[in-house]
Amino acid sequence: MSIHAQGQILAAPPGLLASRATRSFASKVLFYLLAVVLGLLFVAPFLFAISTSLKEPAEIYRFPPQWLPSHILWQNYAETWTLVPFWRWVLNSGLVTAVTMAGQICSATVVAYGFARFDFKGRGVLFVILLGTMIVPSEVTIIPQFLLFKGLGWLNTYLPLIVPSYFGGGAFTIFLLRQFFLTLPRDLDDAAEIDGASTLRVLVEILVPLSKPALATIAIFAFVGSWNDFFGPLIYLNTEDLFTVALGLYFFKSLPTDSGPVLVQFLMAAAIMMTLPVIVVFFSLQRYFMQGIVMSGIKG
Amino acid sequence: MSAHAVARGGSLHRRRALLGYLYISPWLLGFIIFTAGPIIASAYLSLTEYAAVRPPHFVGLANYDRALFGDDVFWKTLYNTVYYAVIFVPLGIAGSLAAALLLNQRIRGQPLFRTLFYIPSITPTVAATFLWLWILSPEFGPLNSTLALLGVQGPPWLGSPLWSKPSLILMGLWGAVGGGTMIVFLASLQGVPQELYDAAGIDGATSWQKFVGVTFPMLSPATFFNLVVGLIAAFRVFTTAYVATGGGPDYSTMFYVLYLYNNAFPYLQMGYASALAWLFMALVLVLVVIQVRIATTWVYYEGEARS
Repeated sequence: MSIHAQGQILAAPPGLLASRATRSFASKVLFYLLAVVLGLLFVAPFLFAISTSLKEPAEIYRFPPQWLPSHILWQNYAETWTLVPFWRWVLNSGLVTAVTMAGQICSATVVAYGFARFDFKGRGVLFVILLGTMIVPSEVTIIPQFLLFKGLGWLNTYLPLIVPSYFGGGAFTIFLLRQFFLTLPRDLDDAAEIDGASTLRVLVEILVPLSKPALATIAIFAFVGSWNDFFGPLIYLNTEDLFTVALGLYFFKSLPTDSGPVLVQFLMAAAIMMTLPVIVVFFSLQRYFMQGIVMSGIKG
Repeated sequence: MSAHAVARGGSLHRRRALLGYLYISPWLLGFIIFTAGPIIASAYLSLTEYAAVRPPHFVGLANYDRALFGDDVFWKTLYNTVYYAVIFVPLGIAGSLAAALLLNQRIRGQPLFRTLFYIPSITPTVAATFLWLWILSPEFGPLNSTLALLGVQGPPWLGSPLWSKPSLILMGLWGAVGGGTMIVFLASLQGVPQELYDAAGIDGATSWQKFVGVTFPMLSPATFFNLVVGLIAAFRVFTTAYVATGGGPDYSTMFYVLYLYNNAFPYLQMGYASALAWLFMALVLVLVVIQVRIATTWVYYEGEARS
């Protein structure tokens, strides 16, 4: 199917047009109501966390619970930054995430290109192995990997978190991009190659610009995967200065303050601040997101 | 093959094959260094006693013997994990399917709803766990406070061996229902041909009959995919339990991977942990194979004759 035809499917999913004609007004209201209720269930924990993060301590433990703080205390956020090296952790996470993302996107692009456009002996078998690695739980490789990085003297550095992303960027990422490349007509490559372009130039100047939806989709996955990663930092990082925000937040939980244990409003503020970047990235790339998924044929 | 390629013949073909290997080489190297090598190393370690200080000491199958016949906690963690998966996977799939069907309707603000549904799944697990720790807090948390207003005494949730697993399942579902599973269903729904619904409509099918007769079979490859992915994800549950309960109370949330982690890192029993890892991989692979076997009876692929 051509890209154009698939684009049309996206623009007007079948099932919508006819259902509009046949569905009564009442069922439409019902669907709308369900969507609102479900949407609220999904965001309610956030709304309550935001409200808690802006409350005075006395109000947090009041019964019955109040949905809105009577005074909005923005300084809870500022205080969170001074309780722990929050900005330091954000910078650490930002650095690790940026370098990891670059590695995942670049190396997956190159590998997917190899699988999508070149014939070589063993390609089929290697691709099946690649898919097979998706069902191998990483728990079985984690101990030898840890020992390998320990042997290299990389413990308590970011290298164990970063370096593996430069080796292919993950099976799912490669699969998604390869599927996307296969939907792009091969004539484009051939025409450019007849004009004397190298294969690398074909990739960078022709395929990559046409693959924005797929690249945006894997960028979201890469960002979320790295920014949210807890297990990697947990086993590889030991000193507070090097913590990423996910790991730092965990230790924040048990950190005592002058006034006793950490108060809930600071924890909520930290959790919200940690989530914001992910939401911003998702919003800025989301118009490509569904398209990237649908066009790659990730439907099982 | 293009005219260009035909003209240059075999040497070009070889050149392109070499280029192909070159392009996939990052993955191939990564596969050898970070997957295949470690799997083999882990198989060896699983036959040793190894505390990461002295060299590994070969003990044969003792670690496997210990796990299967001498470690009550092992069976407890397996029970907890199966409990979690058996409830989490069907509820997650049903919830995601319902959400996808809802979003596939032509309702105003569909992109907004899609985003609202999706946000929990991209929320960092540590942050989400904190939100839920507060919501489920037995005395002052909003959930039990609200229940108290209705005259119901809420359970201590994460603090009780009875409610701790359901609490973690609830947290897991919140983070999963609107995520990848829903997106896969949504993408698949958009590929169901309208003619099938039209034909069913002419035959006088009700909405439910259309769902059972058209939507569900057409979605079965997506359902199968989600089932396999969901099952693996459920068996790997770790972060929520590690952050929220640390495995307690009374080992009620000590899941398999949490126990594996504890053995490998805090207890430094890397040989035993490697045996646990191999048993885990075997279990996951067996489950996947069973799924694939069963799939032939209910998964429908387009273009395939159906009896």
